[in-house]
Amino acid sequence: MPETECPPSRNTVLEAFADTIIPGEKRHPDDRAVAGVSQGGGAVAAGAIDVLETPEGGMAPALDDLARMLDEHAVAYRAGCGLPEDREPFVGLGYDDRLALVGELLAPGHPEHAMWAGLAMFSFMAFDTGAHMHTADAIAAGHPGLATLGFAPPGEDGLWRFPAYSYGRPLADVHPDTDPTGSPV
Amino acid sequence: MNATETTDVLIVGSGFGGSITAYHLAAGGAKVTVLERGPWLNSEEFDHDFKFGSSTTRVFDFVVGDGMSVLGGNCVGGGSVVYFATMPRAPRFVFERHGSIGRRMWPAAIDRDALEPWYDRVAEALPVTPTSWDEVPYIGGVFAAACKAAGHTANPSPSAVDTSLCTNCNWMMSGCRFDAKRSLLLNYLPAALSHGAEIRPLHEVQKITKLDTGDYRVHYNTIDEVDYRQQTGSGTIDAKIVILAAGTAATPVILQRSEPELGRMPHAVGRYFSGNGERLNTAVLEDDKVRELLGLSRDEANAYGAYQIGRGPVVASWDRLDGDLPEYERFSLEQLYFPPGFGTILAQVPDAKGPSWYGPEKKEMLRKWRSWLTVFTMSEDDNEGVFGPPPPTGNSERLSQQLLGFGSLRYRPTENTLRGWEVSDAAVRDILEHNGLARVMPWTNDVIGAYTVHPLASCRIGDDPETSALDDRHELRGHPGIFVTDGSAVPGALTVNPAFTIAALAERAVPGIVHALRERGVEVHYGAPAPDGGGAARRGTAAAVRTVLG
Ligand SMILES: Cc1cc2nc3c(=O)[nH]c(=O)nc-3n(C[C@H](O)[C@H](O)[C@H](O)COP(=O)(O)OP(=O)(O)OC[C@H]3O[C@@H](n4cnc5c(N)ncnc54)[C@H](O)[C@@H]3O)c2cc1C
Repeated sequence: MPETECPPSRNTVLEAFADTIIPGEKRHPDDRAVAGVSQGGGAVAAGAIDVLETPEGGMAPALDDLARMLDEHAVAYRAGCGLPEDREPFVGLGYDDRLALVGELLAPGHPEHAMWAGLAMFSFMAFDTGAHMHTADAIAAGHPGLATLGFAPPGEDGLWRFPAYSYGRPLADVHPDTDPTGSPV
Repeated sequence: MNATETTDVLIVGSGFGGSITAYHLAAGGAKVTVLERGPWLNSEEFDHDFKFGSSTTRVFDFVVGDGMSVLGGNCVGGGSVVYFATMPRAPRFVFERHGSIGRRMWPAAIDRDALEPWYDRVAEALPVTPTSWDEVPYIGGVFAAACKAAGHTANPSPSAVDTSLCTNCNWMMSGCRFDAKRSLLLNYLPAALSHGAEIRPLHEVQKITKLDTGDYRVHYNTIDEVDYRQQTGSGTIDAKIVILAAGTAATPVILQRSEPELGRMPHAVGRYFSGNGERLNTAVLEDDKVRELLGLSRDEANAYGAYQIGRGPVVASWDRLDGDLPEYERFSLEQLYFPPGFGTILAQVPDAKGPSWYGPEKKEMLRKWRSWLTVFTMSEDDNEGVFGPPPPTGNSERLSQQLLGFGSLRYRPTENTLRGWEVSDAAVRDILEHNGLARVMPWTNDVIGAYTVHPLASCRIGDDPETSALDDRHELRGHPGIFVTDGSAVPGALTVNPAFTIAALAERAVPGIVHALRERGVEVHYGAPAPDGGGAARRGTAAAVRTVLG
């Protein structure tokens, strides 16, 4: 998607949403999207925008609308709370207010629940899986989500093997009604 | 140009229900054509990769419904390619269940004893073998030891994994790279091919119509190999017999879409869906407690911390599989690994002050991911799922190129189902929170509703035409010559992993289908050995076969 076609603030709004889902530390002192409530990279540093924009994911066509709607909800939210109106609607909210608004949107029964749940899941997946990159490359590049999980790196051929895997001994009594095939009777 | 393609048997879907019937009927001499909506991958194409477009998304299907989301396979081999290959037989009491209908749900002809020889045939074919303790990954060991410490038993489950080839990489949901997992690509399907069956990948069946001759016409679209939202063509094939084995979440949808032209469907088509009472809890273990309370250690540094290592569920606790307990309070518990993404998003933070499945506290929980242990409940639900009107094509409106779409299934758990989940959640806490070993929380149902990898019963067998779509030979009521042999035929929740039971039922259905083919003038015999030629289990089914085929 060419840069010019997307509203200038769109990605900042989406980043602020992704950072609400899995927060991270600010990338630089003027980082407006990332609230900076957590140590280490969060969903944004993990590639949330890239994941949302992949043609494979299918979210790309909806992103302009989602960012616009998020701002609309933020305008209503801050009016309801008497918050200042002189800043960007969603991005201008503090982390706790972002969390409160996103909580409303993600509550079961919200008419747009499915949409926001989708946006949240893709943001989450950016962090947990780095689905826009080959996993081996993501690990090699220090992908913040996989590093946070402590996801073990692959072997030299890019495949995973765990030669040591078992405590190697019986650790419980089996059920007395187990048949000779190992199934419950 | 207009010459219509014909075949004796047209099979929709190449999972357990499709592959097993394809093999036996092809071996018996019938012309068999299998249409499979997904791609056909071999072991080198099974990636260790979460990237969109790798096998992780190519072979998988995730349909979000209203209150229930279903995960399944989408490739030649179906669910067997993505499954964990844990293969227990269903306990005896399951076949006696009444569920929501106030009478036995299963046909009178089927109980555990009657199914036993058919289980044996599948066990020989895949094969399914018992698991020994020295093959149990750390996560299964820690669960077993926790069960013991809390006064419970625990069993290594029988499985269809060749542990001599397994690397315990835990990528099996993306397809097994090492051919350790005995998917259908290694037994029934190659055997079916060698007997002349034809398998066409990327062919998605949309509907069935009927010809004046009594034969059926099957209508399909061909699907782009990368972007499954794109259709590349369409066609029809005429067949004497149609076997629907598109899986529980797809078979009823094809029948619903066919209804206007095919005629009225039995009431139970698209109703009585069961999620196998599935429920997940995630525990975060304290490593020092694992050492101190359970006496376990991997090495100097770690007592556990091995969530990533292994092969799905290996150890199960069957203490609650007790036929004397009230219905809806019986369940099994299985230790489980689910990879990041699927396995992390819905897990909840114990004692969260803010949001429980996302936000700052969730991120802190993710830092302890290596110490996670997921426990899988399979309980008795109430068959409360109902399919709404079918989407334009397939069984979902696809959002992503692969993997993700939205379907019409609606599921509102009844009090019975909720009670089963509640007692099982309590049992999991009893086992894992004992003496501060771990903190446990169930997964949230607030995001995509409940979820299941074990969909069942949306087109089920039974004796009562009001509450079953199929007779006890798996033939669709009112539509002779259409059979259903996948998970949708299973009457209800099994309290254990279902693939073995689905497969045994498919084996059992074959003689009846042979009979139907002979009635239509197709010369076909029954009696093929196991796919590798083994004949040991054939003796056990001989008597049952004689009652169908004489
Ligand atoms: C992650 C995961 C782990 C699992 N682990 C286990 C386990 O350890 N043990 C166990 O017992 N079970 C397990 N299961 C469940 C098991 O895989 C299923 O119960 C089993 O595969 C169901 O068999 P089936 O024949 O009903 O359908 P499937 O195996 O789902 O096969 C249906 C096939 O039909 C195809 N299809 C669908 N629609 C169409 C159409 N319109 N046209 C053509 N083709 C179509 C699908 O692509 C699929 O290949 C697991 C499932 C998942 C998702």
